[in-house]
Amino acid sequence: MNAPAVSPSETFDCRVAFAEELSALAREDERIVAVCNDSVGSSNLVQFQKEFPDRLINVGIAEQDMVGVGAGLALSGYIPFVCGASPFLTGRALEQIKADVAYSQSPVVLCGMSPGMAYGELGPTHHSIEDLSWLRAIAGLDVVVPADPAETRSAVRWAADPARPVFLRVGRFKVPAVTGNRPFTFGRATTLRDGTDVTVVAAGTMVSRALEAAEEAAEQGVSVRVLNMSTIAPLDEDAIRRATTETRGIVTAEEATTTGGLGAAVAAVVVTERNPVPMRILGIHREFAPTGTTAFLLEHFGLTSDDVRQAAIGLARADV
Amino acid sequence: MLVADPRTAAAWRRFRQEFTETSPERRREMLRERANQSRTTDLHMIGRAGLGHVGGDMSVLDILTTLFFSVLRIDPEKPDWDDRDRFVLSKGHTAAALYATLAATGFFPTTELDMFAAPLSALNGHPNRVKVPGVETNTGPLGHGLPVSVGMAIAGRLSSSSRHVYVVLGDGELQEGSNWEAAMTAGHRRLANLTAIVDRNRLQQGARTEETNALDPLDDKFRSFGWDVLEVDGHDHLALYDAFTAPPGERPTCVIANTVKGRGVSFMEDRVEWHHKVPSAEQIVTAEAELAR
Repeated sequence: MNAPAVSPSETFDCRVAFAEELSALAREDERIVAVCNDSVGSSNLVQFQKEFPDRLINVGIAEQDMVGVGAGLALSGYIPFVCGASPFLTGRALEQIKADVAYSQSPVVLCGMSPGMAYGELGPTHHSIEDLSWLRAIAGLDVVVPADPAETRSAVRWAADPARPVFLRVGRFKVPAVTGNRPFTFGRATTLRDGTDVTVVAAGTMVSRALEAAEEAAEQGVSVRVLNMSTIAPLDEDAIRRATTETRGIVTAEEATTTGGLGAAVAAVVVTERNPVPMRILGIHREFAPTGTTAFLLEHFGLTSDDVRQAAIGLARADV
Repeated sequence: MLVADPRTAAAWRRFRQEFTETSPERRREMLRERANQSRTTDLHMIGRAGLGHVGGDMSVLDILTTLFFSVLRIDPEKPDWDDRDRFVLSKGHTAAALYATLAATGFFPTTELDMFAAPLSALNGHPNRVKVPGVETNTGPLGHGLPVSVGMAIAGRLSSSSRHVYVVLGDGELQEGSNWEAAMTAGHRRLANLTAIVDRNRLQQGARTEETNALDPLDDKFRSFGWDVLEVDGHDHLALYDAFTAPPGERPTCVIANTVKGRGVSFMEDRVEWHHKVPSAEQIVTAEAELAR
């Protein structure tokens, strides 16, 4: 497997790709509408609004209403992309997501913009590190975290074919292109780099950091496999099982709380294997962030490529 | 998913036809009889299941009966018909009343009502659109129906459809803030294709609404949110019919239907304890006799 070149010098805000693809889809399909909570700017919907003024439904600062309205549109044959800053979309409207969207099986695309700690210094009220745990617990809701602009485009296109409700986590913190234009495949992890000693399972922001970590670990003689787990729910359990038989340890890395997120999901698979492997779960451990930029906070919580590399090497060399 | 009962649907069609052709007095009598039959059905469902929300069922049944038997443009044999009117029961805890009404309309066989709340039944304690035809969205937690109905009304307008959206709200339910977010949106967007009906029985689970967290003046509240407001006797079928079929203006309509919780059963009327108390077999016999009068 060829590792796509990571050039951290060029990085991208995934919201741009998201908005471009959404407008492109809207040109092709009249059923596509956008619903937002006064977030035309922060959801990058300015162009969409210009082109399709009737199909941009801004309900104002009212997330419960926004998700309910999205469900009503979906149940009437439209394909609503419901866009809001992830902390408010998921936190404020969680019961609407559960009852109106997931339980009612209304094919809404919930777009959690600027997730994780993208809002940096604005603080924990504006961070969305709980979203993956909350939403992973809801039956019938797919949870998707694209890793770069190309995968974001591909996931938006997939989500617009409305089989069932989906949550799409759309990153704001700039990331390099890492998926090498491999299309998003729902429910499947993509192996971005093969390795034989340790597997790193990463999502979103952490994928490029995992790839850098793997490259650095290789220089130290440790072979690291990198899985881009862009579908958090339902999880690609086969990829995890293969990692437990083909490598000797698993590191998970997510810009989210470790309580019930990606790491917890992977661990639940690993521990039910006949021969479980040791794990390191990187993320935020039930803690509110101090003040700082996103980059600072990722470092503060041990989510740099160096942290991933150390965790992987630690597992590879552990006497277990 | 349950399927339609063609025989009941045919009877429902005959009822609708006769309703359009007959005198006001006869219309009133037709809806009154039909609603009281559903009340009796409802009491038996709750007695059999050992659970339900009987007080609210009795208060909402004249509203439901008027809608399904004289107002809604629907076809029980084509529950997915695109241009059907949409009906949402936001106060989902009165599911038994909705099921009794849907079955009488022919959306599914009346025999299915025996399964209310039974293990694995389609007829859950709160309605599920995936299992029950005629249910448009899953409700139960309060404050969900109006935002979803606003989305349906926006969709109707986007598709230039003539369909109308009706949503029934409990009055206690209006203490949930999500309703007022949606009320603002409907007023702001002048959704004239939306009618919200408040089952104003003035009792919530634990006490009177006005003692708990007062809603009055409710008409002024909706007016100030940009709605047209009509206030009617929620047990006067012809008044309800007129309110539901009034030609739409330029704003959404709120019909405040003044009702009595437990309506039709003397020992339940306006008694807070009958929110979800289950009547005994003897009480059901007494109630049935009162409703047959």
